[in-house]
Parts: sequence; structure tokens; C-alpha cells
Amino acid sequence: MGLLYGLIAVGLALIFGLMDVVNFAHGEFLMLAMYVTFFLFTFFAIDPLLSAPLAAAALFVLGAVVYLVIVRFAMRAKANVGMVQIFATFGLAIVMRGLAQLFFTADYRSVPNSWLGGKTVSVAGIFLPQPQLFGALVAIAAFGGLYLFINRTDFGRALEATREDPGAVALVGIDKNRVFALGWGLGAALVGLAGAIMASFFYIYPDVGASFALIAYVTVALGGFGSVFGAFAGGIIVGLVEATTALVLPPSLKSVGIYAVYLLVVFVRPRGLFGSM
Amino acid sequence: MDKSFTERRRRELLVAASLTVAAALVPLFIKNPNVQNIMILTLMFGALSQSWNILSGYCGQISLGHALYFGLGAYTTTLLFTKFGVPPWFGMLAGGAISALIAMALGYPCFRLGGHYFAIATIVIAEIGLLLIQNWEWAGAALGIEMPVRGDSWLKFQFARSKLPYFYFALALACIAWFVTWWLEDSKWGYWWRAVKDNPDAAQSLGVVVFDSKMGAAAVSAFLVAIGGSFYAMYVSYIDPGSVMGFQFSLLMALPAVLGGIGTLWGPLLGAIILIPLTELTRSYIGGSGRGVDLIVYGTLIVVIALARPEGLIGLFSRRKEASR
Repeated sequence: MGLLYGLIAVGLALIFGLMDVVNFAHGEFLMLAMYVTFFLFTFFAIDPLLSAPLAAAALFVLGAVVYLVIVRFAMRAKANVGMVQIFATFGLAIVMRGLAQLFFTADYRSVPNSWLGGKTVSVAGIFLPQPQLFGALVAIAAFGGLYLFINRTDFGRALEATREDPGAVALVGIDKNRVFALGWGLGAALVGLAGAIMASFFYIYPDVGASFALIAYVTVALGGFGSVFGAFAGGIIVGLVEATTALVLPPSLKSVGIYAVYLLVVFVRPRGLFGSM
Repeated sequence: MDKSFTERRRRELLVAASLTVAAALVPLFIKNPNVQNIMILTLMFGALSQSWNILSGYCGQISLGHALYFGLGAYTTTLLFTKFGVPPWFGMLAGGAISALIAMALGYPCFRLGGHYFAIATIVIAEIGLLLIQNWEWAGAALGIEMPVRGDSWLKFQFARSKLPYFYFALALACIAWFVTWWLEDSKWGYWWRAVKDNPDAAQSLGVVVFDSKMGAAAVSAFLVAIGGSFYAMYVSYIDPGSVMGFQFSLLMALPAVLGGIGTLWGPLLGAIILIPLTELTRSYIGGSGRGVDLIVYGTLIVVIALARPEGLIGLFSRRKEASR
């Protein structure tokens, strides 16, 4: 679970690190990815395992479009840039939730009988649910891929360079808007991947994003804004803390542990664990 | 102080007074309870947003967890009334005092955090509060708690037949919040806050006690919001954790100020006057089907206004004024 939190959070961290924008519609991106998976399964009988790349691709397009249509303009604001970004993306989140209610109805859906759903694997006597285990593997692979992508490809370097100094990259002929749009696409694609995996073991409904989004913000902040590795580590910590809290407190209070740990960490280290500023 | 400044201050006070009188007369002519309900909510959100604006607008500490103080006010009043029979008037002040104290206790560690770390800490703290109340059996847990009806009386602030007393109370609340803001704007604190918002390091070097000014702003802001929460509890006479303490509510409180003009005297009220009737109308006319169209309209509106008028709608007025000069 922690690795999946990490995967959700890493998309958010990527976008934030790139351009200092917190995407308040991140949870709705996740929700949409889960619906994409659900419909691919229901109408075309495509298993969540196979539709994960499709969901990621769909979300990539969505992310890039959202940047070009909304965020690009929000960043140009002359006054209260922070608030404008918060409310532009928050407004988008409300619209997406409304659209989901309109087209998908408020019913709870689930993907039954997927290849992995409900099966467990026994590792050294401990039973692990297969979807989660597989999700963890995908998450690790995605992190590996992302790491290589950022460090080894031209686009990854362009991304890093734009992050460091958006003005200077314009001088060497990199189109800032294109890089940002691709960054948003990439961030959304990562959450799309997470959504596809989670669709096989979570109920899907229009508000599903909200609870995960808050955990994603905490995860990113815990790791330190702007640090992709921090989001990964933050995700693991959040997963462990949640599991530990669930042992001690009633299930309805399990998030309290995560929040408390976040507060403790930032009070001691105001920049998060791996944040640099 | 130069003359034009004092004159402007006096004019603001005059405008506010005449608006109050005009608003006070409206319900004498409009008796439709639905319209009166919308007016009450508008005034309440105007007051809440004005209070939020003190900490987040003037002092620049963006709080997305003010629902905590709203909920504390609502719960303190309701619990004191239902469990101990304490009149809501007293519960309201108690709620305000508790909220102000908690705001300062929380501010102590939180004000060290900057930017997004602060905003997320406020969300997280409010969320912890929400989860705790949801699991607190004595306070009704997740189901919430209902105010028992004990007959119309000013002492218990319950009126089953008329909305008028609620309306005038909400109006008074909005006036108080406005007046406090107006008064603070030209006080030592007001100048400190704006200095802290613009450049905390420079403010510190010039002798502004940055930490204390943030604490002051937090306490005033939380106190006023809690009073609003008490009022809301008495008005709707039924509260549950999700509706008074949820994250959505924190944003709803901030929205009017952001739309109207953050860190301005008139912004929050202007924002509330536009936003709240619009929200209520979309909800009642298109939202009845539960199919989310109201959310789409509402969300689109937020996006459009945020993108088109980043400095808030109040900018429209000042620009016209400058042009006419």
C-alpha cells in the first residue's frame, strides 16, 4: 500500500517540483483513471493489468490538456499566484467530480474477477493479497523507469533544466510550455497507473479521489516538496505508519497516525525529510 | 496622517453604516423564507470569510483548516446547551475563547512552517480534529448531534416560526467582522501583518515581532470564525462532523475572500454576496436531480473567476474609480 501511495504522490511531486504548483485535482485524476479501468473491464473485458498502460496514456493526455487550458493561465496571474493556482485546480476538481456524477452516476462500482483480485500469495507463511503485491512491483518499476527517464534522456534533462531556471532554458531553445505540458502529462500518467491497479481492489465512486488526495499531499510534504525520491520514501513511511496505526487504533482512526507523523516530522524538520529549498 | 486618508476611512465607515441600515430593512419587505435563508447564509459566509481574511489575507498565512474553528464553535455551543443546558450566548463566547486558545497553541509549532508546508499542516490538523469528533461517542460521533427544541426564546436563541432574529444576528456578525477588520487595518497590528505578509525578514529586522503578530492574527481570526460556527449550529439546530468540520468547509470559507479580493476590506463581503446566492440557486434549480450539474457549474465558475480576476472582483471597482478621476 505504501508503494502505491508513493506512486500517487510521485506524480504530484513531479508537477510540484517542476513548477511549484500543487495540483488540487490530483485525487480526481486518480478517480478518473479508476473509471477508465472499470469501463475497459466492463465493456471490453480488458483486465486492469493490461489496461494500466491505457489508463496511463489517457491520463497523460488529460494532464497535458489541463496544463495547456488552465494551469498555464493560472501561472500568469499577476496577483496572489498561490491562491489562484489552488482555486483553479480545486475548481477543476469540483467540475470533474460533477462530471463523474453526471456520466458515471454516484453508484459504487468495482472490478470483479480480475486476474489478480481476491487471490493471495503465500510468502514464507505470510499471506499477501496479489493485487497489492503486484501494485508494489509496478510501483517499483515505475520509480525505476522515472529515475532513468529523468537522468538518462534528453527530455528528462530538459525537465530538470526547466525546473532549475525556466528563463535560461528558453535561451537554449527549449519551449517551456511544452516541457511543462509534458511534465503534467507524466505526473498524471503516473497517477493513472496507480488508479488502474487500485481499481482492482477498491470501490470506484465519484468522490474516491478526495481521501487519497489528502494522503498524497501529506506524502509529498513528508518527503519534502520538489523531491521525487522524497515522495517515494514518504509513500513507504505513510504505508507503514498506516498499517501500524491500524493495529493500535480502531480502523476509522487509521489516518490519524499518518497525520500525526507528518506534523511531527515537519515540526522537527520544516522542509520535510528530503526537501531542499 | 494626511487628510485624504482619514477622509477615506470615514467614508468607508459611512458606506458600511448605510449598507447595514439598508440590509436591515430588506427582510421587512421580502418575506419569502427561502430568500431569507439565502440572505442569512450570505451574511454568515461574508463574516466567516472576513475572519479568515484576517489571518490569510492580511497576514498572508494561508490557512485551509479553518473549518476546525468553525466546528469547535458549533460543537462547544451545542454540547454545552444539550448536555448542561448552558444558554448558547455563553456557549458562543466559550467556543470563541477555546478556538482562539487552540489557534494559538497550534500556531506555536505551525508558524515556523512556510508556504505549502503551513497550508498542508492546517489541512491535516483540521482533519485530525474531524476524525476525533467522528469517533467521540459522547458528542454524537459521525451521526452528529441535534439541538433539542425548547421553545422560542431570546435567551436560548431558538425561533421556530421566524427567521428574522437569525437574520439580524447574522447581520450583526457580518458588521462585527467588518468593523474589526476596518479597525485593525489602521492599527499597529494591521501594519505589522501586512509587513509580515510582504517580507517577514525585513519586517523582523525593522522590529516587528513576526511570531507574535501571526499569533494575534490567528487568535482573532479563530475567535470570530468560532462565533460563526456557534451561530450556524443554532440556526440549523443539527450538526454533524462532516458538514461543519470537513475540508470542503475550509475552502468554502476562503472562497468568497479569494473571489472578492484577498486581503481587502470589502472583498470577502462582495465575494459572499455573489457566490452564496449563486451556489444556493444552482443547487436548488439544477442540483435537485443529484446528478452533479450544480457541481459542474459551480466548479467552472471558480476556475473562470480565479483565472480571469486573480486580484479579486474588488479590482473592478477600484479600477473604475481611478479611471473616473
